[in-house]
Amino acid sequence: MTEVRLRGVTAGYGREAVLDDVDLVVREGTTTAVLGGSGSGKTTLLRVVAGFLRPRSGEVVVGDRTVAGDGAWVPPERRGVGYVRQEGGLFPHLSVAGNIAFGLPWPRRRHRDRVLELLDLVGLPSDLADRRPDQLSGGQQQRVALARALAPRPGLVLLDEPFSSLDTALRAATRDATARALRATGATAVLVTHDQSEALSFADQVAIVGGGGIRQAGPPRVLYGEPVDAEVAEFLGDAVLVPGVSSDGRVLCEFGALPARGYVPRGDVEVMLRPEQITLTAAGAGQLDAVVLRVAYFGHDAVVELDLPDAASKHGIRARVVGHQPPEPGDKVGLVVVGPVRAFPQR
Amino acid sequence: MPASSRTRAAATAASGARVATGTRGVAVARRGIGAGTRGVVAAATAVTALTVLPLLVVLADASSAGLAEAADFLLRPRVGELLGSTGALVAVTVPATLVLGTLAAWVVERTALPWPGLWRTLLLAPLAVPAFVSAYAWVTVAPWLDGLAGAALVTTLAYYPFVFLPVAALLRALDPSDEEVARSLGLSPAAAVVRTVLPRLLPALTGGALLVTLHLLAEYGVLEMMRFQTFTTAIMQRYAVGFADSTGSLLASVLLTLCLLALTLEVVARGRRRVARVGSGAQRPAPRAALGAWTVPVLAGLVAVVALALVVPVGTVGRWLLRALAEPDASSAGLVQVTVATIGLALLGGLAAIVAALPGAWLVNRYRTTLAVLLERATYLASALPGVVVGLALVTIAVDWARPVYQTTWLTVLAYAILFLPRAMVSLRAGLAAAPPELSESARSLGLRGPATLVRVVLPLMAPSVLTGFVLVTLAVSTELTATLLLAPTGTDTLALAFWRETSELDYAAAAPYAAVMIALSVPLTLLLRRHVLEER
Repeated sequence: MTEVRLRGVTAGYGREAVLDDVDLVVREGTTTAVLGGSGSGKTTLLRVVAGFLRPRSGEVVVGDRTVAGDGAWVPPERRGVGYVRQEGGLFPHLSVAGNIAFGLPWPRRRHRDRVLELLDLVGLPSDLADRRPDQLSGGQQQRVALARALAPRPGLVLLDEPFSSLDTALRAATRDATARALRATGATAVLVTHDQSEALSFADQVAIVGGGGIRQAGPPRVLYGEPVDAEVAEFLGDAVLVPGVSSDGRVLCEFGALPARGYVPRGDVEVMLRPEQITLTAAGAGQLDAVVLRVAYFGHDAVVELDLPDAASKHGIRARVVGHQPPEPGDKVGLVVVGPVRAFPQR
Repeated sequence: MPASSRTRAAATAASGARVATGTRGVAVARRGIGAGTRGVVAAATAVTALTVLPLLVVLADASSAGLAEAADFLLRPRVGELLGSTGALVAVTVPATLVLGTLAAWVVERTALPWPGLWRTLLLAPLAVPAFVSAYAWVTVAPWLDGLAGAALVTTLAYYPFVFLPVAALLRALDPSDEEVARSLGLSPAAAVVRTVLPRLLPALTGGALLVTLHLLAEYGVLEMMRFQTFTTAIMQRYAVGFADSTGSLLASVLLTLCLLALTLEVVARGRRRVARVGSGAQRPAPRAALGAWTVPVLAGLVAVVALALVVPVGTVGRWLLRALAEPDASSAGLVQVTVATIGLALLGGLAAIVAALPGAWLVNRYRTTLAVLLERATYLASALPGVVVGLALVTIAVDWARPVYQTTWLTVLAYAILFLPRAMVSLRAGLAAAPPELSESARSLGLRGPATLVRVVLPLMAPSVLTGFVLVTLAVSTELTATLLLAPTGTDTLALAFWRETSELDYAAAAPYAAVMIALSVPLTLLLRRHVLEER
């Protein structure tokens, strides 16, 4: 229910600026995932919005209030912004109920209904209310931390890698519970993560942080299909990069002439396509033929490394195929490229 | 508030702020807090100045003697004799405590000894007996025991727990997988211990040796009873006969130099080596070596240690206590009064030390700035100050500049605060570590302001450690002898003072009740240490 707006935000620790002139808008009631490598400044961004770190310049607007910049400064406790960190950070001296009710005004802390309501919201049984934090599993701790952050009904919730300390199975379940709870409350959410698939599946908007700024922000499908450069493309997922030449919105490369999406630079280009855009058929039936070099089998799918006998580039051609009947090394196969590709200026 | 003290407070605040300007920018950038930090910095700076004050006063007073006179005094054979005897005591007792403490810790923690829990308690128990009470017991049991032999025996038995405690704690905390990895790389069991365990025990050993050395240099009661002369006893005797010149301060500066030398040696010996557990994951307890044929000799050795260090003192106090109770004119009124007075003084001292340590502990924990590190070092320096130096310095200040506070309880409490600040600091820092800034941030994002965060998050989490620190200081004060002898106002009696007076008059029966109460008061301290250091891991 709250829009967040960062304009020209510069922030850091000591003399070093971690964020340099960052702009970002998170629309009301949506979820934005901030994706970046370690040390890219994604947590710093969150700390600026939460009010734990004062930006050196720029403006932060939460809802209709300027909380930082232009001489204004609203301390964290008056921002109405929920914060969930990586290891939960539950208060060890309080029970689960005490933690959840922590941010409520005193008279309402006595009532259990709100606590039980919140436990239910994050998908935890009500009999956990009297446990101590160290009697909970990691996933349960994260859910309690979320319930605690949601209790004062914040318009905005910030999540700092809340799932990264959990193992794979627990991670998916906790992530789904979090997404459900956030949808139910209608709160705007900003999630910081270094996990690409988490960012793409969780959020309405993904913002990629790197080199002190936002490299690209947009809906997951747009980002995945139309990354601004090869680096962002590889950061978001597996990418096949081959040389090519562009003309009239089409690119010519070793796969033949292919349609391109987004802005297409002129002349020599680097052509990017996702491995799942390459499908395998019988030899001779595709746009061109190839020989299978290696197969990495993952169960649900498999990545097939291919050798193109007629092409200039011999390496890095990979196709992602469904896992139930992958080819064997040495098989001759035909290739078909599905959907438009992306072209970047030659590096 | 009188005008003069107001200006002084303003000046202190201003200087604190000036010191802080270099660090504040960083601090604010790191945590986004700023208001209130200046006040904390000012308070911490004032406390640090106070703890370093005795050092400066003693050195200043000694230097007032003039170079020629000082050289003349310090080059007398008497000073050489004191240096020799003090050195001999350190040279005998420190290695003895290291060997005894380490062997005992190894046997209790790493061998299949029967009843390890019981032995752990019994081996720590001598901490509950003040060293001068132990000396009193030995004097009455074995009157022929005196000089270096007597002093070394009693101090070794009283101080070996200073080595036992950290070594045992470290042996429990060490990850046995290090030894396993060493074995898998082809090392024999003994070589694995020497190359993986020993290097990591080094800080515990050097730290323990330092603590024993500082205690030996500061010891008065034991050595006086054993008629063994060191710098501390010489200074106390000089004071007792009413010295008016600066020779007391000259002797004290030599003592101070020795203490600082020990401190420096420890820093050098420990080196810059980092000893830390790398990585996470559950840790298994270390396997215990079977004793086999060694079981009986080891048990006999432990029995002997416990008998000498614990049974002799406690038994002797008990024996004299029975005799005191049998006497017809025995009255408990005096004992109760002295106990109450001691506890009152001890509580004041504990409170003063905790309050004084709080600003510095906060800064060191929350802001790793140059100033904070400087504060930490100064506290470390203060931990080497012997009671006799602090007492002497405060007497000098009071007599020369602040006559009204001379012979007041406040001055005595100030001495306790300075002497026991390091202990309070250690506990408070543990407490602050239990309340990390992340939790404060969570509280603030949930709508709490600074003071509410302090009350609802920081203080509840710190409480156990603050209480531990308070109890540690309180109990230390209740058995403190040297500084109390120098500073306590006439008419104020503490357990240690009363005990000392009676034993000086060779009335051992009359001294026994005071000794018994001091031991009884120290038992909780020992249990507390045992729980904190040896069980919560």
